[in-house]
This record gives sequence, C-alpha cells and structure tokens, in this order.
Amino acid sequence: MSNTDIIIHDEKDNVGVVVIEKITPDQDCNCWVMENDKSTSIQSKDEIPLGHKIAMTDLNEGDTILKYGHDIGKVVKNIKKGEHVHVHNVKTKKW
Amino acid sequence: MEIPKSFLGYKRENGRAGTRNHVIILPVDDISNACAEAVANNIKGTIALPHSYGRLQFGADLELHFRTMIGTGKNPNVAAVIVVGIEPKWTKRIVDAISSTGKPVEGFSIEGVGDIDTIAKVSKKAQEFSMWASEKQREECPMSDLWISVKCGESDTTSGLASNPTVGNLMDKLEPFGVHLCFGETSELTGAETVCEKRGKTPEAQAKFKKTWNDYNDFILKEATNDLSESQPTAGNIAGGLTTIEEKAFGNFQKIGGCQFIDVLEPAEEPTKGAGLYFMDTSSAAAECVTLQAAGGFNIHLFPTGQGNIIGNPIEPVIKLTANPLTAKTMSEHIDVDVSKILSREMNLSQAGDALIKSTIRVANGRLTCAEALGHKEFVMTKLYRSA
Repeated sequence: MSNTDIIIHDEKDNVGVVVIEKITPDQDCNCWVMENDKSTSIQSKDEIPLGHKIAMTDLNEGDTILKYGHDIGKVVKNIKKGEHVHVHNVKTKKW
Repeated sequence: MEIPKSFLGYKRENGRAGTRNHVIILPVDDISNACAEAVANNIKGTIALPHSYGRLQFGADLELHFRTMIGTGKNPNVAAVIVVGIEPKWTKRIVDAISSTGKPVEGFSIEGVGDIDTIAKVSKKAQEFSMWASEKQREECPMSDLWISVKCGESDTTSGLASNPTVGNLMDKLEPFGVHLCFGETSELTGAETVCEKRGKTPEAQAKFKKTWNDYNDFILKEATNDLSESQPTAGNIAGGLTTIEEKAFGNFQKIGGCQFIDVLEPAEEPTKGAGLYFMDTSSAAAECVTLQAAGGFNIHLFPTGQGNIIGNPIEPVIKLTANPLTAKTMSEHIDVDVSKILSREMNLSQAGDALIKSTIRVANGRLTCAEALGHKEFVMTKLYRSA
C-alpha cells in the first residue's frame, strides 16, 4: 500500500489534510477518503505542513469550504486546486 | 469484529453495575476536606474526594453542588459512601438522596464534635464499609450496563482526523446494545451548533439543545470582551492547521459518530429516558466535564487527545486514546490506546473502533487505566457564579 500524504474525511469535502511532515510544490500526493476507504491523488501547488489543508478543486470567492461533509467557512480569495487553504483565503461565517 | 455481549462488573442494589468498587469519603464542603482525607489515610480501601466549595452557595449554583455530590455518591462505581460535612442539615440531604440506591451510606457532621473525634467515628464506619465492599465479586453484566461518557482535550488536527472519529465508531457499534452514551462541551460545539441541534432525535431534544447552546452563547456575549474570534480557534490551533471555529467544532463533533441524542441533561443530571446518546451541558474544561458526567451516573470514560491531556477521575476510569504518533511516543505512560496508525493508513477507522471497544471492555473488567495507575483523581466541581 502506498503511503498516504493527505486524508479527506468525507467524499463531499473540497479540502484534504496533510498527514506527513510537509508536502512540497508539484508533489504528486496520495489521498485517502476515510468515509468510503477510497483513494485518489492530487498534485500540490504550495508547500503545506502537517495538519494543514489543501484545496481538492478550484474554489472561488464566496464558495463554502466543506470538511467532515460540513460547512466550515467561506472562501475570501480565489483558491486553485492544490493550493494551501488557511486563514489567508478562508474565514469563519460565524462573525 | 463480533461485539462482546458482556463484561465483568459489580452489580449494585438498584440494578446498575459498576466497573469499579470504590468506598468514598465525600466532604460536603471545603472545610471538611481535612477530616475526609485523614479518614482515607487511616482506612485502606477508601478514597477521599476533596474539593473547593460547598459554603454559602445559593440558587442554581447550590443545586448543582448538591446534584454533583449526590450523583457522585450514587454512581455504581461506588460501593459505599461516607458523607462528612460541617453542618448536619446539608450532610443529611446528601445522605438521604444517596440512600435511594440502597447502597450503604452514613453521614457525619463536625460542628460541636471537632475533627479528631469525628475522624475516629468516621474511621470506624469506613473500616466496616471497606471490609464489606472488599468481599464484592465481579459478575457477568450485559453490555447495556455500560454507561460511557466522552470528552476530548488538548486537541489538535489528529483529534478530528482520527481519535475523535474512533470514539464515534465505537458509539455507532455499541449504541445498538443498549449502552448509555454521553457527550458534552457546550462551548466547543460553537460553529457546529445547528448541525448538532439536528442530531436531536425528537423536536423536544432539538429545542432543548438549542436553548442550552443559546443560553451559553448569551453568557459569552455578555461576559466576553470580544466575540471570541481572537481566541477561537487559538493561535496554537491555527498553527496546527485549524482555520475556523466551525472546523474545530466539527472535529469535536466526530466523537458521536452517526448517533442521535435523545435528551439534553443539566450538568450532573442523571439520564432518565433509557439507553442511547445524551448531551450534557458542561464546560469544556476536562476535569469539570468528567466530574459532571461521573455524577450523571456514567461508569467509564473515553478521552481522545492530540497534544496529550493527562486527566483522570477518582471514580470513573478515564481511557485515553491518541492518533498523534509523537504524543503516543513521548507520553506513552498516559495513552491507553494508540490509533496513530490511522494516519499512515495501516489501520482503518473500523479497526480502530474495534481496538477501542476491546480496551474499553478490559478496563470495564478491571484493568487499570494509565490515569488510574498514575494516580490521577481530578475531582472538580463546576461553579456557576460566586458565592454569597
């Protein structure tokens, strides 16, 4: 079995979580969808550290980020597939 | 894995079963701690549960104090109880309520007697209770005698990824066996509160959850100097990859798997609607939360951690699991179940859930938890507001 670089909680999610020390730009990453135990892959665009999120699709300003199959915030700056998703491009909808 | 049908527990007079067989010396108030601790030191096989409150409390705060004291005494992990207070009236109220279980319970008050003579009297009774309890034997009990509470702490991204979903997997597998389950942490559900509300099995349960969360949120808005956006998620959470409060809350929420809650409990309230999942209104501070859940009657606790919380409880065994490989290695003496192999995909969620079920039953049968072996006995009362 190939090493897992990224874990995706739910098949609806548009972000995954890096579970190795870090991924580097243009790295071909193995992804595992926990919910259905399926595998997929993605090429990264940024360096992303352990525990941080990667965009699994292109995301536009105003789009909703789905993790655990749920709304965890809104995109405030366009994000390309493979880019780092964090406080610089996503904000809470709470406040 | 085939789920075991039973565990070895202590059958109690009221039909409940304990995973432990404690004889407790319960002080009503802070100033009775010294007496309770002296007795527990004199008489082997007893434990004192010192705490900081019990004087000049009033209203809902006093009611919560009584509920916590009484619920702790009634917990089936407790074989027999001695209550010690400065005054007879509050002492008697607690003794009378615990005696409804049919277990041995006696009360003593210190005023007009003094510590030394009280310690002598209480020690004689404690010796009797301890020797009586020592003859109790474990018997086969159905899985439905397990009342499992859950709470996570020192969470990081591995909690939401793996250790919390492992607890959720256990809940999904054990709920059909008639197990009582309980989650809490009102504050840490902020961001997932509407999704959590919909997990109420009935409109009544949903409405009760909504009111509980709104009351909490109103309190935060009243007391907080800002809207919490500066503190939730914390700087540490953000460094670890958590972006929003919603993301943090949904990580927490993984602990209930696909279960629906049948009722919402006040802090330390005993469930009365039968088997299934309950939400209890608690603080997210670990020791406060577990103390309230134990007072609600729960007899075994599951505690997923990321960075390594070390909490225990005097009467309810606390099983710790982590998916953080570093924590599993550097703090191994605190970790009962290591599920870090989920992250490297050497273990799937169902296998992790099975491993946790096996450990839970071993602990229910009597195996000491790490926290018990290390002597963690955090007993922390929740205080709603300042005393008179």
